[in-house]
Amino acid sequence: MAARFVQISAALMVMGLIIGPIAAVLWGAGSMPAPRDADWQALRFTIWQAFLSASVSVILAIPTARALARQNFFGRGVLITLLGAPFILPVIVAVLGLLAVFGNSGTVNTILGWAGLPQISVYGIQGVVLAHVFFNLPLATRLILQGWLSLPGERLRLAESLGLGPWQFMGVLEWPMLRQVLPGAFAAIFVICLSSFAVALTLGGGPRATTLELAIYQTLRMDFDLGRAGLLAGLQLVVALTAGLLALGVTRAPGFGVGLDRVIQRQDATKILVRLQDAVCLVCVTLFLMGPLSAVVLRGMGALHELGPSVWWAAGYSLSVALGSTALCIVWALALAHRGGEWLSLAGISLSPLVLGIGLFLLLRPFVHPGDLALLVTAVLNALMALPFAVRILRPEVEATRQDHARLSAALGLSSWLWLRWILLPRLKRPLGFAAGLTAALSIGDLGVIALFADPDRATLPLQIYRLMSSYRMEQAGAAALVLLMLSLGVFWLFDRGGRANVKA
Amino acid sequence: MLKLDGIQASAGNFDLKADFTLSGPGRVAVLGPSGAGKSTLLDVIAGFRLPKVGRICVEGLDITGMATADRGVAILFQDNNLFPHLTVSQNLALALRPTGGRLTRQNKAQIDKALSDVDLADLGGRRPSHLSGGQQSRAALARILVQKARVWLLDEPFSALGPGLRAELIARVSHIAQTQGALVVMVTHDPHDAQLFADKVILVTDGKAACPDPAQEFFANPPSAYLDYLGNNRSSLK
Repeated sequence: MAARFVQISAALMVMGLIIGPIAAVLWGAGSMPAPRDADWQALRFTIWQAFLSASVSVILAIPTARALARQNFFGRGVLITLLGAPFILPVIVAVLGLLAVFGNSGTVNTILGWAGLPQISVYGIQGVVLAHVFFNLPLATRLILQGWLSLPGERLRLAESLGLGPWQFMGVLEWPMLRQVLPGAFAAIFVICLSSFAVALTLGGGPRATTLELAIYQTLRMDFDLGRAGLLAGLQLVVALTAGLLALGVTRAPGFGVGLDRVIQRQDATKILVRLQDAVCLVCVTLFLMGPLSAVVLRGMGALHELGPSVWWAAGYSLSVALGSTALCIVWALALAHRGGEWLSLAGISLSPLVLGIGLFLLLRPFVHPGDLALLVTAVLNALMALPFAVRILRPEVEATRQDHARLSAALGLSSWLWLRWILLPRLKRPLGFAAGLTAALSIGDLGVIALFADPDRATLPLQIYRLMSSYRMEQAGAAALVLLMLSLGVFWLFDRGGRANVKA
Repeated sequence: MLKLDGIQASAGNFDLKADFTLSGPGRVAVLGPSGAGKSTLLDVIAGFRLPKVGRICVEGLDITGMATADRGVAILFQDNNLFPHLTVSQNLALALRPTGGRLTRQNKAQIDKALSDVDLADLGGRRPSHLSGGQQSRAALARILVQKARVWLLDEPFSALGPGLRAELIARVSHIAQTQGALVVMVTHDPHDAQLFADKVILVTDGKAACPDPAQEFFANPPSAYLDYLGNNRSSLK
């Protein structure tokens, strides 16, 4: 009974947090304006940059995944693990890293300058796509690698025994596999890039590189035009839902935790030319991913001592927001770890977080102290945004535990509280640690709704970094980014490790 | 002691019918082909499945609509009889105080007694995965002992063990049940186990539970439905 009550009240709460803010925005807007040219342009740019980002990521991921699939080398496992890291990497940190490498005074332009070649600019669509590829090339590689490793061993041996050449091998085995895997990978990345905000905020902008999310931000920040924000959010929702449904249609995705530690055995993988080709590919990708990160670490370390108290305060606020939103998200996820709950949790992320945030802001304004409002809204929204991942991670374990032990618990007459305390939570320790780590890391690195209405004195760390960047204090921004990087990796590591510590059989 | 009064319960695509009384302590084997409704019968008595018609009484008390834990029955399942992440003692403690609260000294004595009754006195601190298959079954038996139920339902509980170990455990259950004055209802598909164990037999065929027969008569003169199930291979009966 009690369990049912918790489930239903959590569902109602999440539903309320989705519907309430939207209603508040629509109420505040009064009437919806007609779309302007700029709105259509934002829509076109959103789709175009998502298309480019997804295409480039997937195309580059194919040779990378193939190299990882057929070559075994020292550090392969580490590299595959690193490919999972961008998921919890704060966008602002990556942006600073990319600026250090590809920016106006970055490494690449310095080299180009020496060689007397024209400089490249990282602002505008090329910067947006670059950052999206940085984040999503690893994801694409992992998805495609899964496809490669799912090629049945006996079929590989058959191809080997028939002596198929590389082209026949590709036609008979690899191409059919890719045809199944690529649409799903493309669609997933396309959907992710559609709702891009922080990347567009930092590297895009201007009429020619504004995504819908960024347009929502601008219309709220400049004119507080709720009607137009609602209109843009509506466009965003239609595009995201359409793409999301298409993605669901073409994905046969096993989401998490498929073993990637196998290597497919191919005799021609040992040929010197093939090995060289794979090596070049992997070195390039590793440089592309690790270069910006190393730049953040190296540049940040030099300026750590320059960090003022405002950065440390911001770090403190970020940490509290992250912990609060993790607690909230985990409680919801436990209560919603069923089929309906998973759908409900997805509904939250199909809406514009900025619009949800502004709605929540309007709803809470009469009740909460204005200084606390921005942080509170951020914590709640972050919990909502991480919820689908947390539910995805917890649900299989919750269902397995129930399946295995519900009858015995009923036979003993265990109370709901003892079931939770002695059976469910101990059995869920590992996925709980992982889910909490992801949520905390995502929340601590989030630069979203907080940018809209943060108090000047109460910024989160990502926002503080953005402010430093905007006032061209790049040294300090770099050092603060290093702090943020350490914080987000640190909270993830702590939670995840906590879940693994002396796990019982 | 256990009375099924005009019971009809849905069991997938057929209905299980049962109407019988087991009047006192004893050991009853439930036999029959798989899919005939043996486990359904146990589920109905345990309360995992509600009957469409009829009443179930334990010691004169109507338990038809009660929750499993309130029925005065204890159950040994085929597997998952113990929580794997808890020690044997913790498992027993949970069975003793399923709604929480501190264990009294008397509770602790009960747990120790149950463990020594099944010869696991020193192993209470171990988790099930650190016990052998036979020890796990005995630990589950100790769990039933602390539950203090008068009716025990056993759903092929030892089927994962070898024949020797199974015979030993069945003898142990019989012995302990006798000293406790419990009524044990055990589902099995093995005629040897049934002969070893039971003083009464309930045959379940085609969704109907027959009235309990004395075991000696049943095995001396088996009903034709049972012979069909054995494939007329009477050699499997002694």
